[in-house]
Amino acid sequence: MSAQVAAAFAVLPRYLGWHVALSASALGLGLLIGLPLAVAAARAPRLRWIALSLASLVQTIPSLALLALFYPLLLAISAALLPFHLKVPALGFLPSLLALTLYSILPILRNTLAGIRGLDHAVLEAADGLGMTWFQKLVRVEAPLAAPVAMAGVRTAAVWTIGAATLSTPVGQTSLGDYIFSGLQTENWVFVLFGCGASAALAISVDQLLGLIEVGLERRDLRRVGIGAGALAIGVCAALGPLILADRPHDRYRVGAKNFSEQFILADLITDRLRSVGASVEVKQGLGSAVAFRALQANDIDVYVDYSGTLWANVLHRTDIPPRAALLTELTRALKSKYGVTVLGSLGFENAYALAMTQNRAHALGLTSLRDLAAHAPELTLGADLEFLSRPEWAAIQHAYGLEFKSQHAFNPTFMYRAIEGGEADVISAFSSDGRIAADHLVVLTDPKGAIPTYDAVVLISPKRAHDQRLMAALQPLIGAVPVERMRAANLMVDRDADKKTPAEAARTLEAHGP
Amino acid sequence: MNTGAGIEFDAVVKVYGSITAVDQVSLHIPYGQFVALIGASGSGKTTLLKTLNRLIDPDAGSIRLGGEDIGAADLPTLRRRIGYVFQGIGLFPHLSVGENIAMVPSLLGWPKAAIAARVAELLELVDLPADLAARRPAALSGGQQQRVGVARALAARPAIMLMDEPFGALDPVTRDTLGQAYRALHDALGLTTLMVTHDVQEALLLADRIVVMKAGRILADDTPQVLMRGHDNLDVEALIATPRRQAERVRALMEGGA
Repeated sequence: MSAQVAAAFAVLPRYLGWHVALSASALGLGLLIGLPLAVAAARAPRLRWIALSLASLVQTIPSLALLALFYPLLLAISAALLPFHLKVPALGFLPSLLALTLYSILPILRNTLAGIRGLDHAVLEAADGLGMTWFQKLVRVEAPLAAPVAMAGVRTAAVWTIGAATLSTPVGQTSLGDYIFSGLQTENWVFVLFGCGASAALAISVDQLLGLIEVGLERRDLRRVGIGAGALAIGVCAALGPLILADRPHDRYRVGAKNFSEQFILADLITDRLRSVGASVEVKQGLGSAVAFRALQANDIDVYVDYSGTLWANVLHRTDIPPRAALLTELTRALKSKYGVTVLGSLGFENAYALAMTQNRAHALGLTSLRDLAAHAPELTLGADLEFLSRPEWAAIQHAYGLEFKSQHAFNPTFMYRAIEGGEADVISAFSSDGRIAADHLVVLTDPKGAIPTYDAVVLISPKRAHDQRLMAALQPLIGAVPVERMRAANLMVDRDADKKTPAEAARTLEAHGP
Repeated sequence: MNTGAGIEFDAVVKVYGSITAVDQVSLHIPYGQFVALIGASGSGKTTLLKTLNRLIDPDAGSIRLGGEDIGAADLPTLRRRIGYVFQGIGLFPHLSVGENIAMVPSLLGWPKAAIAARVAELLELVDLPADLAARRPAALSGGQQQRVGVARALAARPAIMLMDEPFGALDPVTRDTLGQAYRALHDALGLTTLMVTHDVQEALLLADRIVVMKAGRILADDTPQVLMRGHDNLDVEALIATPRRQAERVRALMEGGA
């Protein structure tokens, strides 16, 4: 427990710094767009209608989806700009900034408009009658009188932005969301609570300081405005300090990880190897499965571990299932020629998709293979992870064995194991390297027809690093050095309920045995 | 029509949809006159008044000020030369009384010392205590607020004052006091005043000249003395009849009581 708290505090300066940098930039950009837009829209009814409709439309998109949408959009822009040798990063800060900025505009726009349009008509007539130019009227009358109402909108925008910034983790931007996403994945509730608490505390502090400014504006009390603005400025500087002061070598490796425990552990394993040769490393964790390969291909990350069958089906769109060695050879060749991505080699274990049941249930029904399962499937419930049901492997299994379940539900992997334990699911889509298979007394059903491809864990290197000898040399010892039993044990250390370890600790046990 | 001196409305027209608010109005007001515009609501008196500082631009006709067409004038410059006081007052709630009065001089870029001196002078002129300068408008009574409104309009020493129902929202006593005080200022400062009012009695007692409007046209244009003697036009006569009858009854009361 205390190790987890210590681990949480250790990364706080970096997570908080990025979180503040991201939310402050998004809010600043939102103000830069929202305020002039409100001033213009207050005078032009058609612009007002269009601006408010668009801003409201953005709000109807769930914030996670909005963040995710910017990734393919920026990829397309990046591709379009390629002939001009302009590189637009599709991952990390930029997509998060753009999405959060869009998100922050509505409250700023709506409240500023309400503030301006709610002004006393007599006051505006007096301003005109006295001979103010439109700019004098804006600066001397409209802005100061509308400021308190506009400020209420800025407060709302700030709270939303800080909250939604936690969702930038899956598009590769470090934020306080890293605690929540990795904590949820490894059932590290200390991390989840820590992430929620930290972002809530940040949102409340910022809201209170903005509230002080709002009251100051209302009462024409410059002292309050000054204290509020000063405290905000100091807070932002203090939060950004560690980021700026941290040594930022030009050549920093970015290690990617998808959103489950094994990936966190392997990312830490790779990080440790790179650090051991004196390299500087940054981990981009919690990436979506498809995002990870695209990010590598676009050089947004330098190295990560993926699985041969996944790449075979999802990246190469192949439906045939060659033997293990042939698949790996062809994969290595195709990824290099099509995408410039290097397959350094297999780590030595497989993390295949498999269907698993409790030993008791399988025994009672007399099931050992997927062929046996087909007869009983209509009475059974399938629990799958979030991806499985939409993956080609599931289509292949269904096609090969004619599986039709009574019902099927998608879970976060962690909760999927809870479901089979609690009886909400009879069969689950397990991973063969998962430590919980043995620990939870599950049995993996065999695949006599060979419908599921092999899933060797392979280390992938980005096109940019294809000739990086230091990187290759540092990672080469990992090839073939992680047998499945060792991986299962490491995964279990992180996933189990009692005596939980952090992914970094689990990675260290792999090394202790390892290369 | 002589040109070059005063305000000249020449065949001014303003149309709102199917309603002609001001219909071919021509009017010459020499500098120094106090003119009251009266008539029922919708008669076009406020519209006509606002064409002079171009809060409303006419659809046809022209308006000259000292011989120059105001249609070509720079708007802020024109308005800063014309004082404007209206029923809504429109004091800036976020500024002090002093800052309100100082607005036009500050827009004109007067030196700070000159502005401060002018604010003090104006507060005295409109009969308000000097320490009111630091207060917010909300802390003042309605009568005091309109005194500030008048002071603000006079701040940059305009030669012309436009007043749109300036005392309409005040109680009768305050209204009478302020009316008389303003008339005294008009004389002392040599202003030219155009005042819209629906209070015929106020118009009769304050103005040198009364212009009666109906449906965008001028029905009568005479001194109070002439109008009080009666008028051929029934609408004009109806407007004048009430104050005349009231005045006679008050006189009878006073003579009977004596």
